[in-house]
Amino acid sequence: MTHDHVISAKSLSRADIETVLDRAAEIDRSPPDRDRHADDLLALCFFEPSTRTHMSFETAIKRLGGDALDMGPVESSSATKGESLADTVRVVEGYADALVLRHPSEGAAQMASEFVDIPLINAGDGAGQHPTQTLLDLYTMREAAGDLADLTVGIMGDLKYGRTVHSLAYALTKFDARQHFVSPESLSLPRSVRYDLHESGARLKEHTDLDAVIEELDVLYVTRIQRERFPDENEYRQIAGEYRIDAATLEDAREECVVMHPLPRVDEIAPDVDATQHAHYFEQAHNAVPVRMALLDLLLSEDDR
Amino acid sequence: MNERDESEDTGDGESSEESAHELRISKIRNGTVIDHIAGGHAPDVLAILGIDSATDEVVSVGMNVPSDRLGYKDVVKIEGRELSQDEVEVISLVAPAASINIIREYDVIEKNRVERPSTVEGVLSCPNRNCITTADEPVATRFEVLDDGVRCLYCGTIIRRRLTDHIDV
Ligand SMILES: [Zn+2]
Repeated sequence: MTHDHVISAKSLSRADIETVLDRAAEIDRSPPDRDRHADDLLALCFFEPSTRTHMSFETAIKRLGGDALDMGPVESSSATKGESLADTVRVVEGYADALVLRHPSEGAAQMASEFVDIPLINAGDGAGQHPTQTLLDLYTMREAAGDLADLTVGIMGDLKYGRTVHSLAYALTKFDARQHFVSPESLSLPRSVRYDLHESGARLKEHTDLDAVIEELDVLYVTRIQRERFPDENEYRQIAGEYRIDAATLEDAREECVVMHPLPRVDEIAPDVDATQHAHYFEQAHNAVPVRMALLDLLLSEDDR
Repeated sequence: MNERDESEDTGDGESSEESAHELRISKIRNGTVIDHIAGGHAPDVLAILGIDSATDEVVSVGMNVPSDRLGYKDVVKIEGRELSQDEVEVISLVAPAASINIIREYDVIEKNRVERPSTVEGVLSCPNRNCITTADEPVATRFEVLDDGVRCLYCGTIIRRRLTDHIDV
């Protein structure tokens, strides 16, 4: 790893990503010694709740032999007394060997990382970045498709606010994947993301209809369209309905097409997909642990080199 | 070299004929002259410097002054103020050909062309209300300078048009 902080998928090189995925595969095959990081403490600073991300980081550090220090719910933290994030992370830095930050404001992880010397991992900043989700998404694709080279990936749903989507798109660009973005017009990629992707030479196309591309896809990554993005209930129902998939939708897909979803899903993937060979979203969720173990292992081992 | 001379002897292609016309703007004793602003952009420069109707500094503005190099140019003279590096860098975004002359006792003691920086710090504010730089944190805004705008280095938001709508006052 060339970075002490893991802020965005954009700032990870292809080599960095491959290092983490390779280590995750090793960990999957043979779990490391339970005392590998026996002295290491991981601070979990979650300024908004995210139970799964929190649990998987806690599991990861404990399976490496270390322990987690939890800031606790934000209502009981110093932030409610008006303490700045910059101050909070500087205090926590004194307690822990690495810090995981989840925060509702975009850019929070970047800013916080400027105030600490211990490795800081961004576990989601508002509508911004969520790089460890991206790493586990890529790991799932690599395990399922065998190789990240030459993939054709469809990404469907809320592409405007979906931060997992933006991180994933930056990372896939480093692997030169063909990317098809499928969304209602009102939820298409934000201008700044589209700009970046074009700047970095992404091969991308945008569509409003999955039918146009389903036959080509190696991976179909589905995200949720949230009710709160629409002023009107009827409009939401109508639009969300057009971006739902079921087993019938996948009849046109390639046999090996891998269907992924960051979970939780509501009804954007019908339960009848679960029994098909396409469904990989539970594996994807499970991969959170080996991938976060791999990342922590690499970051916490840097001092020893 | 006094300020009058400086506009005659800029060595950057302006004719002395032009400066004869330029005398319409009064001299200043101490302060800054921002010259070679593209015609019509003086109000942008004033906005960046936070100069508005509530300002009590002595400010003279020349607009659409004939210029060999720019066709028409604007000039801003501010008595009693020297600009910060951060201000100069943001000015370069709206007036890429500008020169900044620092005047003391009617003499030009320093003359610099603005250079387009790779990033600008402070002065601009991020239009994303959910950006961490808009919260009460001890950081200045930082923007990467793009070919046709700037991008917040914290949240990624791009400002393309009307930079002067985003001055942090
Ligand atoms: Zn911002």
